[in-house]
Amino acid sequence: MLIIDCPFCGPRDEREFEYCGPYRKSRSDNMDDLSASDFIEYLIVPENPEGVGREFWWHKRGCGEWLLVVRDTKTHQILSTAEADAE
Amino acid sequence: MQKYSLYSLVRNSFTRHRNWSPAWINHDLKKSYDVIIIGGGGHGLATAYYLAKGYGVTNIAVLERGWLGGGNVARNTVTIRSNYLRQESIPFFIKSVEMYEGLSNELNFNLMHSRRSMIDIIQTYPKLREITRKMYTMDIFGSTYKPISVSEIRRRIPTLTGGGKDSRLPIIAGMVHPEGAVNRHDAVAWGYARAASSLGVEIHQNTKVNSLLKNDDGTIRGVSTVKGEIWADRVAVAVSGHTTQLTDTVGLRLPLRSFNLSAFVSEPVKPMIDVVVNCPDLGVYLSQTAKGELVIGGAPDPGQSFRRGTNQLVFERTVGAMLELFPSFKKLKLLRQWGGTVDIAPDASPIISETEIPGLYITAGWWGGYKAIPAGGLTFANLIATNTPHQLTKSFTLDRFKTLDYILEPGTTTRV
Repeated sequence: MLIIDCPFCGPRDEREFEYCGPYRKSRSDNMDDLSASDFIEYLIVPENPEGVGREFWWHKRGCGEWLLVVRDTKTHQILSTAEADAE
Repeated sequence: MQKYSLYSLVRNSFTRHRNWSPAWINHDLKKSYDVIIIGGGGHGLATAYYLAKGYGVTNIAVLERGWLGGGNVARNTVTIRSNYLRQESIPFFIKSVEMYEGLSNELNFNLMHSRRSMIDIIQTYPKLREITRKMYTMDIFGSTYKPISVSEIRRRIPTLTGGGKDSRLPIIAGMVHPEGAVNRHDAVAWGYARAASSLGVEIHQNTKVNSLLKNDDGTIRGVSTVKGEIWADRVAVAVSGHTTQLTDTVGLRLPLRSFNLSAFVSEPVKPMIDVVVNCPDLGVYLSQTAKGELVIGGAPDPGQSFRRGTNQLVFERTVGAMLELFPSFKKLKLLRQWGGTVDIAPDASPIISETEIPGLYITAGWWGGYKAIPAGGLTFANLIATNTPHQLTKSFTLDRFKTLDYILEPGTTTRV
């Protein structure tokens, strides 16, 4: 079981969280600059690292914040947890 | 290939079984082949077999990172069925189930195939609507899905004592899928390997592929392995959860995410369940093996993973769900558990496709790929040999993502 160190609530058990997919940056504001194929790639081609990767977790049964968790997909070790800011 | 029969068994008993020939032959790695298949699992071996048998391509190397039967072909719950929802999926899985039923004879290898029906236990009305729709769609294509009453469910599965009127989720309906079956996973890997080897296919175990290689003109050149570079005009990737790890090495980005899917096995007990029981509302399914063990499967781990372990939370939820319906199983000890890495596309349907790199083919996105091994191998072999998709898998190409033309398939164990 993962223990996720929520920056707002402290270390909490995985049960309180919902996994919300791999990290991706916010959608571009200039959609006109983006070709259809680039946009589809943005939508559906995720990060799939064998090793350290970034992903979103939602502290659903806690503070309700979205977190950006850096986690190793081979060991499940969590390297860092931070607030997911809208970049 | 030495034919296995009662006669060969008796004859070899005179020499105390010392003279059986090996099931497959080990070769030295050549510099080039007509086709390289990466991954010696069910799909890779079946593809090699059908290429050699049906298309006359025999100069094939199957490269396996570990040992035969050690990957996902052994990390599943051997459930074979064709109760899917989409019209693209159902004919494909019907074909696969049919092929499995004749496979012991075709491969001359006892797969211990046991057709035993699958019973879906329904506990919510949305699920009832979904499976009713499934029933009508399956009926069009000739796969069977029959509603049965709750009392009939309890008659056929006497150990199912939970899910009564006072429980959290009372059982409201059930469906029988008579084509549901189980068989022996090692035999599938070994049977295909033996048959392919006898047709001239080379199987190389302990040959990990580190990367794919491209020519300057953008076509595929071959692969780089721990034993050196090998060249081929056609390279097929059949590596289950690690597809993107290979395709990333030639800059090909695929819409796949890898997850860990685990299963648990109990101690062997006397025969008590002769069907495959699936409880989609609670997220657990189980069957009893020929040895008497219960094989229990559940949901994937949350979060992408290459760990091949089991997650305590998934374990608790799966076993808890099982005990809601089968309270008497509380006394069972669990003997083994395993996880396997599977990758999944955004629509949960498989990908059998050529790629933007000429000569590179992939079969991936198999969530529940064990049941798809025969038809998956056959259709993938057709694609590699003729460069055109097989009729049964023409919808499952990468092209569908260019227009986001998803084949959303809820017939798997996952929520996408």
